[in-house]
Amino acid sequence: MNLETMVLQLGSGMLVTVEIFVLTLIFSLPLGLLVSFGRMSKNKVVMTISKIYISIMRGTPLMLQLLVVYFGPYYLFRIKIGTGYRMVAVIIGFVLNYAAYFAEIYRSGIESMPVGQYEAARVLGYSSGQTFFRIIFPQVVKRILPPVTNEVITLVKDTSLAFALAVAEMFTMAKQVASAQTTVVPLMAAGLFYYVFNLLVAFCMERLEKSMAYYR
Amino acid sequence: MSEQEKTILSISHMKKSFDELEVIRDFSLKVRQGEVVSIIGPSGSGKSTILRCASLLEWMDDGELSYLGEYAAKSEGGKSVYASKAELRRLHRHFGLVFQNFNLFPHYSVLKNITEPVILQGNMDKAEAENKALSLLERLGLKDKADAYPFQLSGGQQQRVSIARALALSPEILFFDEPTSALDPELTGEVLKVIRSLADEKMTMVIVTHEMLFAKELSDRIIFMEKGVVAAEGTPEEVFSTDNVRVREFIGKVSTL
Ligand SMILES: Nc1ncnc2c1ncn2[C@@H]1O[C@H](COP(=O)(O)OP(=O)(O)OP(=O)(O)O)[C@@H](O)[C@H]1O
Ligand SMILES: [Mg+2]
Repeated sequence: MNLETMVLQLGSGMLVTVEIFVLTLIFSLPLGLLVSFGRMSKNKVVMTISKIYISIMRGTPLMLQLLVVYFGPYYLFRIKIGTGYRMVAVIIGFVLNYAAYFAEIYRSGIESMPVGQYEAARVLGYSSGQTFFRIIFPQVVKRILPPVTNEVITLVKDTSLAFALAVAEMFTMAKQVASAQTTVVPLMAAGLFYYVFNLLVAFCMERLEKSMAYYR
Repeated sequence: MSEQEKTILSISHMKKSFDELEVIRDFSLKVRQGEVVSIIGPSGSGKSTILRCASLLEWMDDGELSYLGEYAAKSEGGKSVYASKAELRRLHRHFGLVFQNFNLFPHYSVLKNITEPVILQGNMDKAEAENKALSLLERLGLKDKADAYPFQLSGGQQQRVSIARALALSPEILFFDEPTSALDPELTGEVLKVIRSLADEKMTMVIVTHEMLFAKELSDRIIFMEKGVVAAEGTPEEVFSTDNVRVREFIGKVSTL
């Protein structure tokens, strides 16, 4: 294996990692909002189901959840699973897990909003949808940005857990190349990659925070 | 019925409890166009609850509520039965409420705080709404604050913006719940001045306040609430010269603060 194929393999691993990262955020951020609505619902059944869901997702290892999502269909329903399902299972597992964490963050943000904001909007003729999306949600986003940043940084590192389903992401590839070449260089390259990725994430989140600093 | 006597707000036999606590025991009020009614009384006597029920933030248990003869709630079998959601949303246009702590939207500029409700109401486009907002701001002495954010304003300025925000919707009647209580003494004057100018323009208003002299000077009628019922009611002269010991005591205590 020459240097070029090594770099190519690591590069493809990087792309998969970024793909897991982006897809997880795209789906888990909105899903988390829905789950938080469920968690705050006046309907006892909906509230309890959401609460149990969140508690299981936060209370068990993500690696185990990935295995359940991957092997579950076969062991539970005898559905044949192809190798193409691996990546799908990874995304489903990550989305379900991160939605639970985001749900709790949304909930704390929404519950921290003063009731006066709702009342003012109501008296001014806003519908409840308008109140939420125009008045409440934008302010919640500002409030929850720091804990969301923490989760997103954890997600960058968590993507390496996709290794459990043999998805060829950065960490899997680095390990593979390292053992084939008996050198630690690929692993160090992987470490550097995660670090730079997180620097980038931190930079973007900081920009986002600044863009909302125009009000208090 | 002449224009002068048109009844804007009518509350009859309002009752309201929170759990076991009877907060409003029996309260009735008619406010005619152009009238200024002040509600005074000790803390916990139910003044805010009256305004909150009138502005549909709180549901009455029993009693009737109507604006310009249109019912928001009727009493049936000892319980208030409210009109449909759509009907209530329509009635919302008749009144405005100014809160003690302003409740401006902090993420909106002053201008957007005022224009967005107007635009959402659907009678004006953005340019018209902005024109209206700017002329209101000018009238309230805040012309240069249109682009500021609420946190950049003093309490008195914030309260004036919240008054402008309510006025922009052209309500028939405006409710104030202790509009100066959250302000430093040196800032109350500018807000009272605005309310006074509204009274001069014959704006119909119901004001809950602890500013006795202000209430006396401005009001056509004063209502003294105590423990969920009207303890005294009348013109400022009548209420301020009442024989009712509790009322005299209260007025004396508050005025000398
Ligand atoms: N949402 C609520 N839940 C329970 N009790 C309430 C609620 N709102 C008001 N109360 C109670 O109702 C009573 C009347 O309250 P209200 O706010 O109407 O008094 P107030 O006359 O406006 O007093 P203040 O001068 O202090 O503003 C108080 O005892 C208060 O604790
Ligand atoms: Mg009050």
